[in-house]
Amino acid sequence: MKLQRRTFLASVSAASAVMAAPPVLGQARPRVVVIGGGSGGGTVARYIAKDSDGAVDVTLIEPTKRYYTCYFSNLYLGGFWGYDALGHGYEGIAAAGVNVVHDWAIGVDRDARTVTLASGASVPYDKLVVAPGIDFVDNAVPGWDVTKQSLMPHAYKSGTQVQLLKNQIENMRDGGTFCMVAPPNPYRCPPGPGERVSMVAHMLSESNPTAKILVVDPKENFSKQALFEEGWAKHYPGMVTRIGPDFGGANVEVRPDAMEVVIDGQVEKVDVCNVIPAQKAGKIAELAGLTNDAGWAPVTPSDMRSTMDENVFVLGDAAQQGAMPKSGFSANSQAKVVANVVRGELTGSRIFPARYSNTCWSLIATDDGVKVGASYEAGENQIESVSSFISQTGEEADLRRQTYEESIGWYNGIVADIFG
Amino acid sequence: MKGQFLSISLCIGALLAPTSAFAQAIAIGDAEAGADVYRRECASCHQIGEGATHRIGPHLNHIFDRGAASHDDFRYSGALERQGRDGLTWDLRRLHAYIENPRALVSGTRMSYRGLKDEERRSDLIAYLRVFSDQPQNIPEAAPTALRPEIELSPEILAIVGDVEYGEYLSQECATCHQRSGANEGIPGIVGWPEEDFVVAMHAYKEKLRPHEVMQTIAARLGEEEIAALAAYFAELDE
Repeated sequence: MKLQRRTFLASVSAASAVMAAPPVLGQARPRVVVIGGGSGGGTVARYIAKDSDGAVDVTLIEPTKRYYTCYFSNLYLGGFWGYDALGHGYEGIAAAGVNVVHDWAIGVDRDARTVTLASGASVPYDKLVVAPGIDFVDNAVPGWDVTKQSLMPHAYKSGTQVQLLKNQIENMRDGGTFCMVAPPNPYRCPPGPGERVSMVAHMLSESNPTAKILVVDPKENFSKQALFEEGWAKHYPGMVTRIGPDFGGANVEVRPDAMEVVIDGQVEKVDVCNVIPAQKAGKIAELAGLTNDAGWAPVTPSDMRSTMDENVFVLGDAAQQGAMPKSGFSANSQAKVVANVVRGELTGSRIFPARYSNTCWSLIATDDGVKVGASYEAGENQIESVSSFISQTGEEADLRRQTYEESIGWYNGIVADIFG
Repeated sequence: MKGQFLSISLCIGALLAPTSAFAQAIAIGDAEAGADVYRRECASCHQIGEGATHRIGPHLNHIFDRGAASHDDFRYSGALERQGRDGLTWDLRRLHAYIENPRALVSGTRMSYRGLKDEERRSDLIAYLRVFSDQPQNIPEAAPTALRPEIELSPEILAIVGDVEYGEYLSQECATCHQRSGANEGIPGIVGWPEEDFVVAMHAYKEKLRPHEVMQTIAARLGEEEIAALAAYFAELDE
């Protein structure tokens, strides 16, 4: 008798699963689907599930089982951070009540309000949050595409690409040249390339002190420029050469098979080459019809809602929102605004005005940390900076050390906030 | 037999020597100078003297020879409580070690203090703390270190009752760096502070009387109601 009852119950719950919207007291739980489990998507999924106490059905779609942060991956290159310490699992997010599905989202039907997965499944939503990060613009650097990323790594999505780049730098011949092709604006993590140059310089100054670093940059200026240039001159004198657009830095082609970089027609032989191409919103944002001609997904500044669809929100690097830099901190900050709005619209909980903030820490050398940050608010057409700060050149060593220690505190804080 | 005895006594000697040398070197500090060190280094979180109460940190009367985490009415970190249960007692050596580098002695402590490396200043400070431990008759009538607030706030501001739910929303901005567990891993824990101390700290950042650019930027756009809401939320948050 008991067995029969159990069998009966099991078949009922299986049927409900097929129907995908099990009735709870006569009402379906509203469904939120989040595409992308990084700093933005992970945060929004966990916050909605945690704060709604089960009143909202939250599904997170993320292909990888372990997320490796881009932030601090330069510190791994420099030998200041372990590779494993960059990785975070989804157990904490699942424990908050999120249904974590490890699969690729390959399509969004915004009329039917469903997300199609690579496995063939179709996941319905009431509200969709798209947080796919970045993809690279095709042919942004002539001669380079992802089929060449083993020869010339981008190492700009963390994970194995960063391991590969580190390995190549470690095995570079004595006195060899490390070349970085820096990206045009806008791109993820504005101080990232400068910090990477610093960390590679740190590594080379210890193991290969006659090596050279060549930065080919299409931009007139770059984030924290004065701080980085001061640091390079102080810690790594003579090692770093930067070619800006005035000397052809915007006219670059690479030949990965020959390990050559052609700058304004002049061929340079290099030993390791890190190509960071121009960027656009992650592919799924484009497939979902959420992007504009610039390749990014425009959003309403007050709530990160897609201007294309009132039931869709776009977070983090993929969004075109205004003044906030594309960073993990920004994505985490935007996610909290979206979580508050989505939960409010689905459950009637209080909706508070948007608040955004960001700080980016960078490490230049041992115990030499700097930071830049700002608070933001929703303007009429875009997110605008309210007030900002940046570390100063010539700061005391003790302050720089404190800034570095603070960055470690931030890393531990934000990953606890995202992944639980 | 004789050889064995000798080696044992040598071992004992080796064990004792650093302790006694240490005790000799640090026994005497200047309590008067220590009062100044206390005001600069400790007073923003700890009270001492007659009428001292727990604030962000516990009061420090009778700290000498007291067991760690032994005030029942103060919420300590789990780490300090474990050490207290394991017998950590605030004797001269332990106080020196803790003040020199809190996290080296108690790795999970919530005390957000970088440590005082200067041994002479540390000795002065400990001499000052000692005044309030074994000679209670010396506790002055008016607490000499009563907090002079960093910023004068009107009673109206201090009386605002914080909206905890709003505070929870606002706290999300804090949680990017300050962990809800109260853990202190390079950025201070802010969980369980008395509301008034929280309000004073945030207004001090807002008015740029307290240094730290990130906190000044965050505080700059927090209104009085919002600061009160955050104070109310974090005061209630359990570790």
